[in-house]
Amino acid sequence: MTFLKNFINVLSVASISFILLSSVFAMLVYFCLLDGRVKTKGGTGFLVFGAILVVAGLFVRPLLYLAVAYFLVLWALAKIGPRLWEPKVGKWLLIAGLGGFALSMFDPNFYLIAAKPDNVPIVAMIFLLAIFTWIALRKAYLNDHAILAGGIPYEKTESDEKLFTWPDLVYTEMLCMILLTIVMVVWSVGLRAPLEEAANPTSSPNPAKAPWYFLGLQEMLVYFDPWLAGVVLPTLIIVGLMAIPYIDTNPKGNGYYAFRERKWEIGVFLYGFLVLWSFLIITGTFLRGPNWNFFGPYEYWDPNKLEPLVNVDLSELVWVKLMAMPLPKLWVIREAPGILIVLLYFALAPALAARPFRRFYLKMGGPRYYVGAFLFLFMLALPIKMVLRWLFNLKYLVHIQEIFFNI
Amino acid sequence: MTLKQVQEGIVNSQVWKSIFRVGIPNTNRKRVLAVLGSLILHLHPVKVRRSGVRMSYTWCMGGTSFFLFLVETVTGLLLMFYYRPTIEYAFTDIMDLREQAPFGIMREMHRWGAHAMVIAVWLHMFRVFMTGSYKPPREFNWNVGVILLVLTLLLSFTGYLLPWDQLAIWAITVGSNMARASPGAGTEGPMSSLMKLGDVPLIHAGDDARFALIAGRSIGAATLLRFYVLHCMVIPLAAGFLMAIHFWRVRKDGGISGPL
Ligand code: HEM
Ligand code: HEM
Repeated sequence: MTFLKNFINVLSVASISFILLSSVFAMLVYFCLLDGRVKTKGGTGFLVFGAILVVAGLFVRPLLYLAVAYFLVLWALAKIGPRLWEPKVGKWLLIAGLGGFALSMFDPNFYLIAAKPDNVPIVAMIFLLAIFTWIALRKAYLNDHAILAGGIPYEKTESDEKLFTWPDLVYTEMLCMILLTIVMVVWSVGLRAPLEEAANPTSSPNPAKAPWYFLGLQEMLVYFDPWLAGVVLPTLIIVGLMAIPYIDTNPKGNGYYAFRERKWEIGVFLYGFLVLWSFLIITGTFLRGPNWNFFGPYEYWDPNKLEPLVNVDLSELVWVKLMAMPLPKLWVIREAPGILIVLLYFALAPALAARPFRRFYLKMGGPRYYVGAFLFLFMLALPIKMVLRWLFNLKYLVHIQEIFFNI
Repeated sequence: MTLKQVQEGIVNSQVWKSIFRVGIPNTNRKRVLAVLGSLILHLHPVKVRRSGVRMSYTWCMGGTSFFLFLVETVTGLLLMFYYRPTIEYAFTDIMDLREQAPFGIMREMHRWGAHAMVIAVWLHMFRVFMTGSYKPPREFNWNVGVILLVLTLLLSFTGYLLPWDQLAIWAITVGSNMARASPGAGTEGPMSSLMKLGDVPLIHAGDDARFALIAGRSIGAATLLRFYVLHCMVIPLAAGFLMAIHFWRVRKDGGISGPL
């Protein structure tokens, strides 16, 4: 038991769980939605990645844990495959999740955080997200196979038939409202709204956290300065969401659940919604304690925990470590390597990718392709910065303190 | 008298008939009239696609978001009777509500309803994406939805400050500090220091983006009042208006999406 708890604690370090989650996501798509067992050709990539993890794990201890977890999940998903979408399997996974949660509540440190009144809805959200993701993907999987077999999606068999709003729709709505009312009343009677001491501008709590739905952004502050994490990225999230219908020109999959016909769109959206947005909120809520330090789910939130601050800038790595020179005085020269990398990332990467991804370029046309690529590169920026932080203790790629321009 | 007779007595009384003109909708004609004749029900078309009625298709999340918005409006109005948005009273009013009101669950309902609404709106967006319902002809309605999502978050954000306890002011402090870093518009934003007239900086703590948001250099009485007005008047009205457009467009775009 203690071993298991330690295992989970180590695994939950931000970037490690991030990598694990992203790769679970990729494996889910491959083995469970695209029937990886049928054509195992591409599956070797997963083994190669795992092997890299093992080798790296020989040097960095937490990576070994990651490799073990990675192979466990790989094995489980390869074994279950598309059977994941059978109601029986889904039910047992849910029971396992709920059971694991119930067991964890016996741990005092876990209980303290999970049972905080404002965190209760977020616990519920985790399960709701899991359930609804499963429902959506199950329906997509079934429709995919119906279409592959030359048939039509399930919704199509019913969509030409019309029902009277009264009674068919209003009864469903009625039921929904009654259920919701019961839930709201029980919840409100059972759990008091929190109220702390009166506001005191001179004594700040530790940790001071934003409202829970913004904790993903606060978590990004670890990797980016506020102008990116708090202003530019949220703006781009809104702009990006609004742009979706205009970037995605694929006419298929309109009005029914499907995956194969739109795997890239769904892949990118799920990555953004589940991994970037929801997972970061969960991290910020449950795993960040005093001084915004990282704590595993079973760890005590020790306010005296010290994390060494050893982060360095790219300029220092390049000029001092690599070229053994003092830092240039002029910031244009000092920051040239970082500026170059950022420019190449946003300007060159989409152009280079236009060749291997010609299919997209031709289908979408130039402007759509570049806007889409630009937004996607921003989505990738966070995991890239995470991994850089973790491998090289990199703080900033570009650090121009003179005008607060840090990336 | 049997139950049936009682029922018929009620349904045939003048009072009942004056309210529900068509009586029990037990024929197709009456079903049509029941929906057309009611302001609320005529949000719906008379007939709907079978596939769209399924709970497993829409997850009921749009309707759930709307219902929770109504819950928030009702409970919020009740809270407004008790609550005064000033530094002297805000906290003590909430304290009173907590200690004195018998069976008082309005504050609980309002707070949990707010959390639930945020989650419901996310799940609704998730459903709309997974069924590809943002594709033509529904692109515009997806955009109305995105604005509704932003308004929902802003409602929650402004409401969070109102209890005026430690949780409230520090959460809003952390949240609004970000505005300080707006490029070109916050004191600590990139490029802002370049904006000056001679030696006079144009962007300083007394006029930057954060100042505009919280009406001062730090969270105080002006912030509380501003957030209160935004929370109880401006944003709910804006959201209600956009919801009307949203629902109208669901109809005009051909009803709930289905395979073409
Ligand atoms: C969609 C809508 C809404 C959301 C998400 C929302 C959210 C919130 C939140 C999170 C709080 C803090 C509650 C607490 O700590 O107890 C709050 C407080 C409050 N809200 Fe709302 N609200 C909404 C609509 C409304 C409306 C429509 C009104 C009034 C017309 C209203 C009036 C109030 C008042 C007076 C308070 C202070 C009382 C208190 O904090 O308990 N709200 N709201
Ligand atoms: C306060 C927030 C919102 C409310 C009250 C609301 C309400 C609704 C309702 C009642 C429907 C009918 C179908 C259903 O229940 O699924 C609907 C459909 C729709 N909503 Fe929303 N919505 C909200 C936010 C959003 C958001 C955030 C988005 C997307 C980003 C969105 C996009 C759409 C679209 C595209 C449809 C048409 C779907 C179809 O025809 O299948 N809405 N909305």
